[in-house]
Amino acid sequence: MNALMILGRGVLIAAIGLLAWQALVWLTGVPAFILPGPVRVGERLWDTRSLIAEHAWVTYAQIVIGLALGVLLGIGTALQMILSPVYRSVMRPLVVFSQAIPIFALAPVVTLWLGYGMASKVLFIVLIIYFPIASACYDGLSRTPQGALDLARVMGASPLRTTLRVRAPYAIPSLASGLRLAVAAAPFAAVIGEWVGASRGLGHMMLLANGRGQTDLMFACLIALAAFTVVLYFAIDALGDALVARFSEPLG
Amino acid sequence: MSVAPGLTIEGSARFGAVPLFPSLRFEAAPGLWTSLLGPSGVGKTTLLRLIAGLDTGAIFDGQVYASDGAPLAGRIAYMGQGDLLAPWLDVLGNVVLGARLRGEAPDFAKAREIIARVGLARHERERPFALSGGQRQRAALARTLMEDRPVVLLDEPFSSLDARTRTEMQELAGELLAGKTVALITHDPGDAARLSHRAFLMNERGLSELALPQSAPVRSYDDKEVIAAQAQMLRLLRSGS
Repeated sequence: MNALMILGRGVLIAAIGLLAWQALVWLTGVPAFILPGPVRVGERLWDTRSLIAEHAWVTYAQIVIGLALGVLLGIGTALQMILSPVYRSVMRPLVVFSQAIPIFALAPVVTLWLGYGMASKVLFIVLIIYFPIASACYDGLSRTPQGALDLARVMGASPLRTTLRVRAPYAIPSLASGLRLAVAAAPFAAVIGEWVGASRGLGHMMLLANGRGQTDLMFACLIALAAFTVVLYFAIDALGDALVARFSEPLG
Repeated sequence: MSVAPGLTIEGSARFGAVPLFPSLRFEAAPGLWTSLLGPSGVGKTTLLRLIAGLDTGAIFDGQVYASDGAPLAGRIAYMGQGDLLAPWLDVLGNVVLGARLRGEAPDFAKAREIIARVGLARHERERPFALSGGQRQRAALARTLMEDRPVVLLDEPFSSLDARTRTEMQELAGELLAGKTVALITHDPGDAARLSHRAFLMNERGLSELALPQSAPVRSYDDKEVIAAQAQMLRLLRSGS
């Protein structure tokens, strides 16, 4: 019942948005190559669906692979930082510093190194999400309640087991918020990577469509990207909620 | 179970140049309950943490040792303020946490038997949030018993419980921890008067022994001598500050 209401509300908001978009096109009378209406974009999406699907698949795969690698590397780094003081003293300034530099500016360099294929986009996504994930996980792992650590100490736990069996479960809520950040940034990174240099993918297709004045096709690609991003976000959000419910005390 | 050793801590502690407690000597006799009563901030918890080998942030000049001369590490169980139950584990998982943390195979039969003894047999598959405050403290007691250490350190273990649950937990802990060397830190004269073989008041000047009824613990909460001892302890606590 509740889920149905949320879905209904979402459909209603989407409908209002589409109507406003169409109204804007009618009222201003802008030509279609500046702003095509939703009907025209919908038609274009349907007509070119097989071509869009071909390119969309590449972008989706890059996002999923980049996300998975970035998250795993980030978690691994955070665990290593907790376990090794030497590693921590090296990585901690790096993790902090990396938040201050615009990693997006590295896209051309990554393309230069790894070429126009999927590898450069995957690496770029990993670079974008790795540091926030590592930072969120490290914060979570270092904020274990002191009492729980004392208990583990008196029980005779090794540092490794304390980290995996006590610190890690207490860090799950931090991991969940890190995941939400990552899932919002990954599609963004994929498209920017493709804009800089690619032979396939939605970002590449958008750039081509833009160059040829096919604004409706550009919007169609945008919709294909947004739809995937929204589905992915809600999936990760639900996963995060489930993890938090499994590992922490429910409130109230 | 091996014979429980006594333990002694002697020395003084300070934070930088600020003294926490003066040179003192606290002894817990083998196989008996020894309570340390005192107001907040006199270093009771620091004293207990020093015995447990935990970080205190204080500088300690002195030593901690067992009466049999063997090291204390690995022979201590600790029950702190709050139940410290892992929210993601059910009661059974929490009770065998120690074994898991040491990489040993948990003895589930023994764990179930201990859970039954603290009266949680029907709750062994429940996670902590589903339990009442008293049940959670019972689970924490079961986890402490499962460790089966000869020395047990208790830091305000009943402070968050309501009056009725508190008296029930005093009885359960007194009964189940009998024969172990127990050091209890508390600010509640009731805990000290009902449970201890010996009790000490701790304040800025050090330790002084408190009078207790002649009877053996666990003493009844409505025993006249217990009530009198409690009142006397309270009087000393109030005059001390």
